[in-house]
Amino acid sequence: MSEESSESVESIETSEPAETSAVINLVRQEHPAAILSTHRHRSDETLVLKREFIQPICRLLRDHPDCQFEMFVDMTAVDYLLVETNLQQTERFEVVYHLRSLSKDHRIRLKCPVPENDCQIPSIHLLWHAVNWYERECYDMYGIHFEGHPNLNRILMYEQFQGHPLRKDYPMDKQQPLLELNDVEERYHYGRFE
Amino acid sequence: MQLVLEFLALSFVQDVLKILFILLLFAMPLGTFMTLMERKWSAAVQDRIGPNRANIGSYRGRGLLHIAADALKSIFKEDLIPRGADKFLYTIAPFFSFMSAVAVFAIIPIAGPIGDFKFQVTDVQPGLLFIFAITSLGVYGAVLAGASSNSKFALFGGTRASAQMISYEVFLGLSLMGLFMVYGSTQVSIIVEGQGEHWFGLIPKWGVFTQPLGFVVFFTALIAETKRAPFDAPEGESEIVAGYFVEYSGMRWSSFMLAEYIAIVGVAALITTLFFGGYQVPWLYHWESAPQWLVTLLQFGKFTSFTFILCWFQIQIRWTVPKFRFDQTMALGWKKLLPVALLNTVVTAIIIVALA
Amino acid sequence: MSTSELTTISAEELKPIHLPGAIIPAPPEESDTSIMRIEIGPAHPAMHGIVRLTTYLDGEQIVGMVPEIGYLHRGFEKESENSKWIQVIPYTDRLNYVSPVLNNIGYSMAVEKLFGVEIPRRAQFARVIMGEISRITDHLTCLAACAMEVGGFTFFLWFIKAREYLYELLEQVTGGRVTINWTRFGGNGTDFPDGFLKEVEVRLEKVQEVIEEGDQLVTRNKIFIDRMKNIGVLSKDRAISYGFTGPLLRACGVPYDIRRADPHLVYDELDFEIPIGEVGDSYDRFLVRMEEMRQSISIIEQAIDKIPYGPVMTRERYLGYPDKKEVYGSIEGLIDHFKMVMEGHHPPAGEVYQPIEGGNGELGFYLVSDGSGDPVKCRVRPPCFNYVQAMPELALGHYVADVVAIFGSINMIGGELDR
Repeated sequence: MSEESSESVESIETSEPAETSAVINLVRQEHPAAILSTHRHRSDETLVLKREFIQPICRLLRDHPDCQFEMFVDMTAVDYLLVETNLQQTERFEVVYHLRSLSKDHRIRLKCPVPENDCQIPSIHLLWHAVNWYERECYDMYGIHFEGHPNLNRILMYEQFQGHPLRKDYPMDKQQPLLELNDVEERYHYGRFE
Repeated sequence: MQLVLEFLALSFVQDVLKILFILLLFAMPLGTFMTLMERKWSAAVQDRIGPNRANIGSYRGRGLLHIAADALKSIFKEDLIPRGADKFLYTIAPFFSFMSAVAVFAIIPIAGPIGDFKFQVTDVQPGLLFIFAITSLGVYGAVLAGASSNSKFALFGGTRASAQMISYEVFLGLSLMGLFMVYGSTQVSIIVEGQGEHWFGLIPKWGVFTQPLGFVVFFTALIAETKRAPFDAPEGESEIVAGYFVEYSGMRWSSFMLAEYIAIVGVAALITTLFFGGYQVPWLYHWESAPQWLVTLLQFGKFTSFTFILCWFQIQIRWTVPKFRFDQTMALGWKKLLPVALLNTVVTAIIIVALA
Repeated sequence: MSTSELTTISAEELKPIHLPGAIIPAPPEESDTSIMRIEIGPAHPAMHGIVRLTTYLDGEQIVGMVPEIGYLHRGFEKESENSKWIQVIPYTDRLNYVSPVLNNIGYSMAVEKLFGVEIPRRAQFARVIMGEISRITDHLTCLAACAMEVGGFTFFLWFIKAREYLYELLEQVTGGRVTINWTRFGGNGTDFPDGFLKEVEVRLEKVQEVIEEGDQLVTRNKIFIDRMKNIGVLSKDRAISYGFTGPLLRACGVPYDIRRADPHLVYDELDFEIPIGEVGDSYDRFLVRMEEMRQSISIIEQAIDKIPYGPVMTRERYLGYPDKKEVYGSIEGLIDHFKMVMEGHHPPAGEVYQPIEGGNGELGFYLVSDGSGDPVKCRVRPPCFNYVQAMPELALGHYVADVVAIFGSINMIGGELDR
């Protein structure tokens, strides 16, 4: 999360047209300390943020009349472990949000680097309904904790699953231990109302 | 020879023979044939070929052998009783359904009487009240099956079935009030005889012409009573899987299915009897010199063909319309059919009084 | 129902969404004996694909629901990260397995965006034609299943029959009905066979006939309307906040179609209307999908008129495999082919998000490349993830029989939901 990273990221960008950066300018104006870098690659605008600012910035993007990102499109994380790249991430994980505005007809991508040893980020589940499950999936797959999430359980994997499968250090052919039968029975026992 | 004739003249022997004839040669074969007919006709409706694979050697009989194959399969299938089920109730539940479906045929005349001999198992004096009693007995089949299966889906089916069948009992009875008034009796043979007359020697005095509203309500209520589509919320294939018989397997399951198909034939036979003149062949009275055997044959043929057409009609309904939701079934009954049935009764009464 | 061109939505119509809070009602207390819990799924005839809806009932009324997903999780993203770029295309067939072409197109377009290449015009038109055929198959399947859930079994089989006509078309081009693996980076795997476009027109006419027949059978049927109308209503604001896209969002009255909003391929040259609903109930979703199929047919007809002759694959050396003639005839071709197979494609480092209008809504691919032969990240944004998330709210207060009507109308596809 240092300022050096922004320069190296900018090395892969194309130039940034003036008219599209209105949203970015607004964010820069409102939260100057939040932005690590911005870039525009293949016409996708990207804001790289400090993770502490994700809630206020998302709120700003959703409610500000110049932004109006009413739709939360997608959210995921990227694990840069073992990736020999010129992207040069300073932190291992990066949480990626995609937002879409229907009334203003634009999109934006937000990225928040998350370090490996302090693997958490504030939850934004109160801003859009859709976020809830996406954050659960992100937690399930990468083990990133979303602070303040009401129900941060596994969603695609089962509860007893060990590890987080989309981390790069989770081997492709790793086998999970078999479940004890009584675990299953306990969980699927319907007799509580009878 | 003499002994045999005397034996045959005994009334209980005649009754047993009639039961055997009507059940084994009329209701059961038609019911089992309905299973194939439904599959074949639905295939025709849906642009499919339908079942045609069961074979003996190279003989396939256009799917006819599927009837035998299905029966064999369900006889040899394992008969499961789920853990926690009430074994006794679970075991007897299918019989209630089956019996109530079959017992309807007891009072249906399939041809006109020859002298004292009636082609009817019993012409009980209460007549149609017997039908109401029997159909309400059928509720027990569904309710017991649902309650004893130890399954929530089955319980849903059972409760739905009980509510629906008890409600529709009401409209079933009410819709026939007009008919009773018109023909002056609840006894089946008298109603059928009454339908043999003609207006102006042209229009047969069938129930469907004297009681059109009653016909519609009775038919609807009867379909709902037998839990056929579009009123098959108790079975509710899509949401509660198969409803009250979801846990059944093997021959017990088959007896539920067979009961349903026999009920189709029963409904059709009952409607024919009450609203389409039963065995009465219209305009036959012009031909006074007709031999008795031919008349009986014609009557039997007319009755059978009308029954068959009405069976087909029920199948056609099933494959055409979507299903009602359970609360909609009840709303239809209490909010639409009940007023219509009452109105029908009142109007019929007024007209009868006015004409008299 | 009305149709309209896409216009920007006025600010008054879309009030800023205030903090909605947690809306999924907490499951009732286990000690409350008036509440019955039933498990709809994972093995249940109406849960096409596999999903479990733990439903809490008061009598027949739904007072709570907890969807549980993941039964069909196959690790699409993990598999993709451990494959070459081109090897991901067959996996995408298995995402939304009723409209595989659209998944292929979406992924290929994302990679092409990463490369920054434009594909030949004929290939673009071909993708539009195949994509729209695929959209029709998707809608046919959805509507058929939806009608089947409320008892219209005849309608189901009619539409499946129509779908078969179209699958046979896909088969002529790609060799497969469902797992087609058709697009490549920079074009399409195969061009149309001779006489294919004529065949398309003939078959579309047949499909149109079936659609109109089905329309007459079910759409204005009183029982059907009773079952579908005002069932599973979601307001415009909430639908947007839930991330609804595609037919479901349009049924709520928002004319948002990615084919118009973010034009890709040649959709901006084609004339089509975006049907929108009024209330956002199951019936509107049904009607919107019904109308979209007709629009898709008209799009295909226009595309057939306009499709130019030419190559279906770019000549870029780093994208396509060299011609077989070159491979066997020259050492350079052989080396090219060998390197391409062994090392795979090398998109420049960077990241892209490419949305397309899938059969079910916005199908987005988010790819991160580090310049090597394997994707660092291959994320697919599944449209029905959001729909299943909204299931508790859609079903709340309805009867248990309505669950299937709602679930049929949101068209959950297990492969796409669980990836």
